[in-house]
Amino acid sequence: MTTLPAVDPLIEHMAGELKARLDVTPSQHPVMIGIRTGGVWVAERLHAALGLPDPLGTLDITFYRDDFSRVGMNPQVHPSHLPFSVDDRDIILVDDVLYTGRTIRAALNEIFDYGRPASVQLAVLVDRGGRELPIAADVAGTRLQLAEGRHIKLSGPSPLSLTERTQA
Amino acid sequence: MSLQLDEHGRLRHFLTTEGLPRPLLTQILDTAESFTGVIGKSIKKVPLLRGRTVMNLFFEASTRTRTTFELAAKRLSADVLNINISTSATVKGESLLDMLRNLEAMQCDMFVVRHADSGAAHFIARNAAPGVSVINAGDGRHAHPTQAMLDMFTIRRHKREFEPLRVAIVGDILHSRVARSQIHALNGLGAGEVRVIAPRTLLPHDIESLGVKVFHDIRAGLADVDVVIMLRLQKERMSGALLPSESEFFRLYGLTEEKLSVAKPDAIVMHPGPINRGVEIESAVADGPRSVILEQVTNGIAVRMAVMSMALGTGGENA
Repeated sequence: MTTLPAVDPLIEHMAGELKARLDVTPSQHPVMIGIRTGGVWVAERLHAALGLPDPLGTLDITFYRDDFSRVGMNPQVHPSHLPFSVDDRDIILVDDVLYTGRTIRAALNEIFDYGRPASVQLAVLVDRGGRELPIAADVAGTRLQLAEGRHIKLSGPSPLSLTERTQA
Repeated sequence: MSLQLDEHGRLRHFLTTEGLPRPLLTQILDTAESFTGVIGKSIKKVPLLRGRTVMNLFFEASTRTRTTFELAAKRLSADVLNINISTSATVKGESLLDMLRNLEAMQCDMFVVRHADSGAAHFIARNAAPGVSVINAGDGRHAHPTQAMLDMFTIRRHKREFEPLRVAIVGDILHSRVARSQIHALNGLGAGEVRVIAPRTLLPHDIESLGVKVFHDIRAGLADVDVVIMLRLQKERMSGALLPSESEFFRLYGLTEEKLSVAKPDAIVMHPGPINRGVEIESAVADGPRSVILEQVTNGIAVRMAVMSMALGTGGENA
């Protein structure tokens, strides 16, 4: 059992990295999108820390999952809500845990159904390895190597904490 | 186990609103709610049913229902075929089962069925290959569950909760599969009071057993209601002595501003369409501020997307 780090310092670290990246390549129109559910919790804090002018967008990628025919409809699906046009915007996409990369693939597909962003950066709280797709995080709160079959889960929304468990 | 649910209680076919548990009815409405966001995107599609094939089998004419099923399937990225069977194989004497086997041989995943005979969709669901889902798009006088659910969706969007509501269904209840499905859905969702308002000749004799209050006088029946659902007078089924005349029907049961004045001030007026202006509803009401008739049409797409994706999401190797 790995000891998992506290969440708040990780988010502070992410906010610092994102600020530094925005200073190096200034963007006129950065907007932030969180992926439901954990990604939204992390994004809410980052959004406040960066003081972005546009409201936070949220994505529910249920309709874009690649395992729909195996797992069926998630009964807790929510509408995605992007309260801005994504065309020509620099998007900071936020999720809690980056694992296979399939969620990010689905999120990118959904974002591109809304329009054509100028760029997309990926910020995650935990990069735990185990990628099955050519997807990488630009900013990560922490990077861990977890054995297959182990899972990290973010609990929240307040306070946020990480727990590790074996997938049922 | 009921025909339309799998062993986990999930929707496999959608044939009737009768007997469906409340959480499932609510899940249909919630899922439909999340699909309404799809039309806000520049690409009005989600890839959920990509590679799946939906066949619209319409043994009875329909424009609105068939079109919204087609649009719903397309917004889910499914391939859709519209088969108008009154002009097709049954005319050549092919049996329904033979036709079903042939259509299944084309590897389709879902049949959307409209038929003039009660029970047709159940029959097809019982005989369909495993993994093929059947959606009832109206069978005889029996059921029209997607119409009922889009009506429930429209009611919920305006009124939020079902418990405090008084809902009146007015007109030709006897011939109406829509009314029957609405009554089951309203009761399933816990609506406070469901009323039916009709002349004796247009009511099934056992109607009270469905859990409704019967009114023969429209002014008494509309008093303090939150929702008024008008039904289409099925003129083509009106041969014989059920009604004196259309004008007599309008005088007694047609919805006018004057009769509507006894309903709650914020009551909404619904109609499954197509409307007979001046027969069951006057134009001033149908086009008036309390009418949500065109919203019902729009909501039909999201509700049909919900039902189609839920039914196909339980099929295949996982079922």
